[in-house]
Amino acid sequence: MRKELGTFVLLVVLCIALSILNPSFLASANLQNLARLIGIYGIFSIGLGLVIITGGIDLSVGSVFALLGVLLSIFLVDWHLPAAVAVIAVVAISTGLGLINGFLITKIKIQAFIVTLCGLLFYRGLARFIANDETKGFGAAQGFETLQSMATGSLFGVPTPFIILVVISLAMWVVIHRSVYGRYLFAVGRNEVAARYSGINADLITASAYVLCGLLAGIAGVLLAFYTNSISPSSHGNFYELYGIAAAVLGGCSLRGGEGSIIGILIGTALLQVLQNLVNLLGIPSSLSERRRSRRQCSRQRTGPQAACLPRQGFRRRATIMIRQDVGRSGDEQAGCLRSSPLSTLASWCRT
Amino acid sequence: MRGIGKRFPGVIALDSVELAVARGEVVALAGENGAGKSTLMKILGGIYQPDEGQVFVNGNPVMFRAVADATAQGIGFVHQELNVLDNLTVAENVFLGREPRFARYLIDRKKLNSDTKQYLSKLGLDVKPDTPLNELSIAQQQMVEIAKALSLNARIVIMDEPTSSLTLTETGQLLSVIADLRAEGVSIIYISHRLGEIKQIADRVVVLRDGRNAGTLECDEIDHDRIVKLMVGRDISEFYDHGAGAATSSFAEIRGLRTMRYPRAPISFDVRKGEILGIAGLVGAGRSEAAQAIFGVDASEDAKVSLDGRTVNIRSARDAIRNGIYLVPEDRRIAGLIVDMPIRENITLPALSRYSSAGLVSKSRESKRAKEMCERLKVKAPSTETKAANLSGGNQQKVVLAKWLSLDPKLLIFDEPTRGIDVGAKSEIYQLMRDLAASGVAIMMISSDMEEILRESDRIAVMHEGAITGVLDRADASEEAVMRLAVGH
Repeated sequence: MRKELGTFVLLVVLCIALSILNPSFLASANLQNLARLIGIYGIFSIGLGLVIITGGIDLSVGSVFALLGVLLSIFLVDWHLPAAVAVIAVVAISTGLGLINGFLITKIKIQAFIVTLCGLLFYRGLARFIANDETKGFGAAQGFETLQSMATGSLFGVPTPFIILVVISLAMWVVIHRSVYGRYLFAVGRNEVAARYSGINADLITASAYVLCGLLAGIAGVLLAFYTNSISPSSHGNFYELYGIAAAVLGGCSLRGGEGSIIGILIGTALLQVLQNLVNLLGIPSSLSERRRSRRQCSRQRTGPQAACLPRQGFRRRATIMIRQDVGRSGDEQAGCLRSSPLSTLASWCRT
Repeated sequence: MRGIGKRFPGVIALDSVELAVARGEVVALAGENGAGKSTLMKILGGIYQPDEGQVFVNGNPVMFRAVADATAQGIGFVHQELNVLDNLTVAENVFLGREPRFARYLIDRKKLNSDTKQYLSKLGLDVKPDTPLNELSIAQQQMVEIAKALSLNARIVIMDEPTSSLTLTETGQLLSVIADLRAEGVSIIYISHRLGEIKQIADRVVVLRDGRNAGTLECDEIDHDRIVKLMVGRDISEFYDHGAGAATSSFAEIRGLRTMRYPRAPISFDVRKGEILGIAGLVGAGRSEAAQAIFGVDASEDAKVSLDGRTVNIRSARDAIRNGIYLVPEDRRIAGLIVDMPIRENITLPALSRYSSAGLVSKSRESKRAKEMCERLKVKAPSTETKAANLSGGNQQKVVLAKWLSLDPKLLIFDEPTRGIDVGAKSEIYQLMRDLAASGVAIMMISSDMEEILRESDRIAVMHEGAITGVLDRADASEEAVMRLAVGH
């Protein structure tokens, strides 16, 4: 609990500092976008957290996102599958990949790091192969607008991904902190030998964490695909596994296993997103033209998701696609900033 | 060491403790677990710093801020837990961090091995210096640690329970090494729970109780009862009370059990209802492996285990537990308990579904049960939420027992039940075993402690290299008879 509290205090301090330094942090558009990102990142961070609690790791999540995005686009745009079927298929594939990870780790006894590192390389290659290395997308999402609005829409002003995260968190909180399964998960993570001596099927518990991680990555992958709207198989989802791992560890999960909490993972996710937002908001260069560009970018981010809900007119549609690509790219820039920002380095040092 | 005091948050570990060791003297340090023996030695070894008091070496006051300071003063420490790296060779372990070199950065392998050889032969250890450590037995690894201490030119060697994992012959070997060292003028501080050894080797016994000096016995005053009296601060008249075993017909039958380690030696034996079957043998005789095979954690393909005439199929620990076969494993910290979890969670782990409804755990039901069990077994802990890691060895063992006694044991296997446990808790555990047997539980007790085997068992099965070489009735059992079977004659 102490670990979570520390990260939470850091989060609050950061939010206060940021809103003083740049009041546009508190602008509803910015907060909405932030909540949307927290929603998407939070879902797969919880999955990674489960795996980390068992003392394992899953490095394949980012590449799985690329594969899922490409497949989802093919299912919906090229094959015209019904939205529900496409989503269920994609989530099932992701869960299946988790099952393969779990099988290789527990039955073939290959280290989780190696198994999922292979996944990281292989699934992205597969995604590029399937997509012929071309950028895939959903265009105007004709025929599956409802599905798209799951990722880009809002309910009572709250972005839907955030609502989905809240629902998943509540369910996972019960599973992790109140159920027999959750107790076994921690027991296996702490001391697999003793767990086995207590009659727990340790392999099954460990493998199940990878399956759950795959399931949650599947859900997050669908949301992410619609959020970026264009999936370039070579870069979509790059480094996302590391954001998930960072969120879980910042939130108190020990990489040695047996420690962690849902609330901690959520705080960790929020902290990472606020840091990313901070880099965005405070990284405004002083030259006038740059300032104009960034302001434009800000307003694009603001209008982007909502504009996507009403893609009626031709120019608007084109503009939306343009914006989405822009958002995607700026996301990558942000990622670059985040990795090198001294503050984030400091933050991760504090945790370790 | 004069007036040493050391406080930890919430506890006074040491309170003005005095200890003096003369040159070439063997001083045994005795006391129950938690009496402060290890803390005192860690201060002398430079691992902890005292809050009060002063350490003198050769009459000069010294201040140890780190282990290196103590080493520089000629103090060598052989730790209770093995502190060796089993991926390296014997020689690399002995000279770890002080490797002889040439060209400044390269290790002089020849000198390393020849120097090591000299220390090994001094200890009578017949292994090559370039043997990987993981090929050595525990006893030999222990000797390597002593070699390491000697190679530091230690004038004072601290040995913290060096024999707790050694067999009888290995212990004898170690004791003769100690006698040799003493003859060379090396001072030795010897911590042990085995009072027999202390009597055999020590010139003087310093007894600690609750972090204070409880008394000192000179060579001619050392005897079992006096030490125990000082340790516990009271007379234990019913110490090691042994009721008559009421063994009846055979209850658990094990036929053709093969272990991974000795796949070509199938073993068969019976355990009677209400008896304690002692399993004796040297370390490495395959006793623990056999226990693990019965419990389903070691592969045993064609073993037939039957309980009360009913054949049970055991593929995993789950199956064994479902059938009332429980194992109190040799290594409680690794296999017996999840030490980072509270007592409550450890006790309820094997049958969590009993404390849950619809897959959700009821903490209050767990707590209630855990409290009951702790009271029944007299576990000394602030609460059931205390982490198992913070308990003494004896209390940890009681928690392992509580885990199984909260279920319904039919065959209970104890693997080294009292290793590293103080005398008080020991007698409680023996009493519990007796009570369980009297209530009709079949008990197997694996032990390397000859006294324990002879005193507590109703029958003794002796193992040698994976096979059972004989089963002795209580009347025929003697130390000599057991040893003869244990070495395979």
